[in-house]
Amino acid sequence: MRHTLSVLVENRTGVLSRVSGLFSRRGFNIESLSVSTTDKKEISRMTIVVEGDQKTIEQVTKQLHKLIEVIKIYNITGEEFVERGMAMFRVIPTPENRAELMQVVDIFRGHILDFSPMSMIVEITGGEKKILAFEEALKPFGIAEVVRTGEIAMIRGVKSKNAKGAE
Amino acid sequence: MAKTGAEILISALEQQGVEVIFGYPGGAILPVFNNLSKSNIKHVLTRGEQAAAHAANGYARISRKVGVCMATSGPGATNLVTGIANAFLDSIPIVAITGQVNTSMVGTDAFQEVDITGITQPITKHNYLVTDADDIPRVVKEAFYIASSGRPGPVLIDIPKDVANGFCGDKLSDELELPGYKPNYKGHTIQVKHACEALLKAKRPLIYAGGGINLTGAYQQLLTLAERISAPVVTTLMGMGAFPFEHPLFLGMPGVHGFPAANYGLCNADVILALGVRFDERVTSSVEKFAPKAKIIHIDIDPAEISKNVSSHIPIVGDVKTVIEDMLKRLSAVNNQERLAEIAELKSKNEYLQRRLQSDQINPRQIVEKMSDILPSDAIITTDVGLHQMTVAQYYRHCFPGCFLTSGGLGTMGYGLPAAIGAQLAAPDRKVVCVTGDGSLQMSLTEMATINAQKLPIKILLFNNSCLGMVRQLEEVSYPDDNFYAVDLDGNPDFCRLAEAYGWQSFRLEKAEDIDSILTEAFSSAQPVLIDCIIDKKDYVFPMVLNGRPLNEMLMP
Repeated sequence: MRHTLSVLVENRTGVLSRVSGLFSRRGFNIESLSVSTTDKKEISRMTIVVEGDQKTIEQVTKQLHKLIEVIKIYNITGEEFVERGMAMFRVIPTPENRAELMQVVDIFRGHILDFSPMSMIVEITGGEKKILAFEEALKPFGIAEVVRTGEIAMIRGVKSKNAKGAE
Repeated sequence: MAKTGAEILISALEQQGVEVIFGYPGGAILPVFNNLSKSNIKHVLTRGEQAAAHAANGYARISRKVGVCMATSGPGATNLVTGIANAFLDSIPIVAITGQVNTSMVGTDAFQEVDITGITQPITKHNYLVTDADDIPRVVKEAFYIASSGRPGPVLIDIPKDVANGFCGDKLSDELELPGYKPNYKGHTIQVKHACEALLKAKRPLIYAGGGINLTGAYQQLLTLAERISAPVVTTLMGMGAFPFEHPLFLGMPGVHGFPAANYGLCNADVILALGVRFDERVTSSVEKFAPKAKIIHIDIDPAEISKNVSSHIPIVGDVKTVIEDMLKRLSAVNNQERLAEIAELKSKNEYLQRRLQSDQINPRQIVEKMSDILPSDAIITTDVGLHQMTVAQYYRHCFPGCFLTSGGLGTMGYGLPAAIGAQLAAPDRKVVCVTGDGSLQMSLTEMATINAQKLPIKILLFNNSCLGMVRQLEEVSYPDDNFYAVDLDGNPDFCRLAEAYGWQSFRLEKAEDIDSILTEAFSSAQPVLIDCIIDKKDYVFPMVLNGRPLNEMLMP
C-alpha cells in the first residue's frame, strides 16, 4: 500500500542525507520525496511517499523517529488529504497534430511553457493519478523528456486530530 | 581574551565530568591535544585508534559514565569506525571526537580527509560536523546527553582544524536544541496492567532478559520480579550477570550456543517477558520457529525494537528498570510448587554442560570453571569473539552483575584487550581478566604496550588452539566433506616469549593438573600476566543450533 508521511525536521545540513540514507540501508523504498521550508525557518517539511505493508511502514516511522533531527511524523494516509505534484513533459508534435495536443493540455488544465518549431514543454499539476493519466494522453504525440517533482500533501479542513502523529 | 574552539572543547569536556580520554593524536586534532595537555583530564595513548574506541567502551560500561575517545582526521577517524559500530550495536554510551581538515578544504579530497560524519551516519546515534567554534559548548552537551539517555549509543563530533583554532565569540550558549528528541522512560499504564495480567494467568511464564538490565542496573528489580512470580530467567550474552548464576530460577543463556534448559524453556513458554532485548538472530535462531506457543510481552526503551524481528503481543516502550518497578506494584506473589518442580526438572537439562567439563585432556571449560572459583566475585572479565567467548558465557559464574564485557552485537574480534584497559582504568582496584583466543588477541595485541605504559595489572587468559576455532567448527558442521580453509593460524608467535618481550610475566598451561596452581599464581600477581593455554583444535562449543533451525534442535554430541 502507498503511504504518505508528512515529516517535520530540523532545518540543518545533512538532514536529507540522514533520511534518505535510512531508507536505503533499511531496504525501504521511497516513491517520492519533497523537502521545503515551513513557516518557521528552523523547521523543514518532508513529504515522503513510500510503498509497503503495515509492518514496513511501522518500522519506517519508528526508525525515522530515531533520527535526532526528526521532530514529528504524521502518517496522513488514512486521512482526507489533498496531494499535488508537478510534471513537465517535452513533447514532439507534428504540424498536423499540434492543435490536438493543445486541446489535450487544455482538457487536463495543463500549461504550455515553451513553444518551438520542433518541440513543446507542457506542465501539469495534480495528484498522482491525474499526472499519470496526462502522461498516457501525451504518449501518442511522442514524449522526449519527463521531469517530475515529489508530491506534497495537506490534510483537508481544520487540522485533524486523528492524523497519526508520533512525537 | 577570547578562547579558541579547542580550549572551549576541553572545558566543555571537563564540565561533563570527563576524567579519561582514550586517543591517538595527528595533524588535524593537534590543537585539541595541545589544550588537553593543559587539562586535568587523563589521556591514554593507545596503539591504534580502534583500541581507543573499545577502551572507551570498556570504561563506559564499568564506570557507568560516557566513554570518550579521540582521533585525528582521515585514517584516524576511519580506524575508530569498528569501535563506534561496536558501541552502536551494544548500546554503549561513547563520544568520539575527531579532527577534520580546515573547513575551506572540506570536500576537496585533501590530505587525511574523509567524510567521517557521512561514514558514521548509520552507526552513530547522532553525529556533528562543527562549523562554528561558538557551537562547541552546545554540541558537546548535546552529544553527552544523547549518548547517555534513552537507548544509549555512540555520538561523533567532527571538528575541523580551523574551528579548533578559531576564536569564539563572547556569548556562548550550551542550551540544548533538541526539539525532536524525547526518550520515553515510563511505560504506558494500561499496557503495564495487561502485561501483569498475562503474567499472572500464565502457566509457564519465562523472563528473557538482556543488555537493558545491565545498562539500567535493574538487577534487584529483575530478581524480585522473577521470585515474585516464580518465573525462570534466561539472560542473553549482553545480559550476562544480570541474574545470579546459581539461582534456582536461572536457566542460563539462550541461543545458538545456549544452555539446553534456556532453549527448551523459550520453546515451551506460554508467556515470554522480554526485558531490554532485541530478539537477535543469535538468540532466536529461526525467527519463524521462535517460541511458537508464547504470548510475547516486550519492554524496551527503543520503540523501533518492538516487533522488529518478532511480533510482540503486549509492547511496552519504556526504561526496563522503571517499568519493572511499575509492574512490581501490581504483581501479587505466585507460589506455585508444581511450577517450581517443573523448572527444576527443566534445569536438569543443563547437566549436559556439566558432563562436558570432564575429560582427561585439558579443556577450556575446566579452566573457566576454575577461574570462577579463584577470582573474586567483583572481578571484571572481558572477552573477544569466538569459542572462548561462548565458553566463558557457559561456564563463568558471574557473581557480580555488570562485570562481563563482551562484543555482543557486532561480534568484534579485538575488543577484549582494549576493553580491559578501559575497565581497569574505571576500576583500578578490581581484577581484570581478558579471556581471548589466539586469533582475536592478534587483532589487538599491540595494546600490551598501552597496558605497560599505564602500569595496569591486566591478565590475559589465552586459549591458544592455533586456529580460528569458531570458524573451524562452522566449516566442519556446514561442509563436512570439505577441508578446512583459511582457519589455521600458522606462523603464530610463541606467546609466552612475546609476553616476556613486553616485560610481562607468562605461564604456559598444558596439563589439566596445573590449572589450579597456575591460575592461582597468575591471578594473584600485581603485574600484567599472560597465560598461554594450549587447547585442542577440535575442542568445540556445544550445544549448537544450526542456521535456520528452531532452538530445541540442538546439536549436543
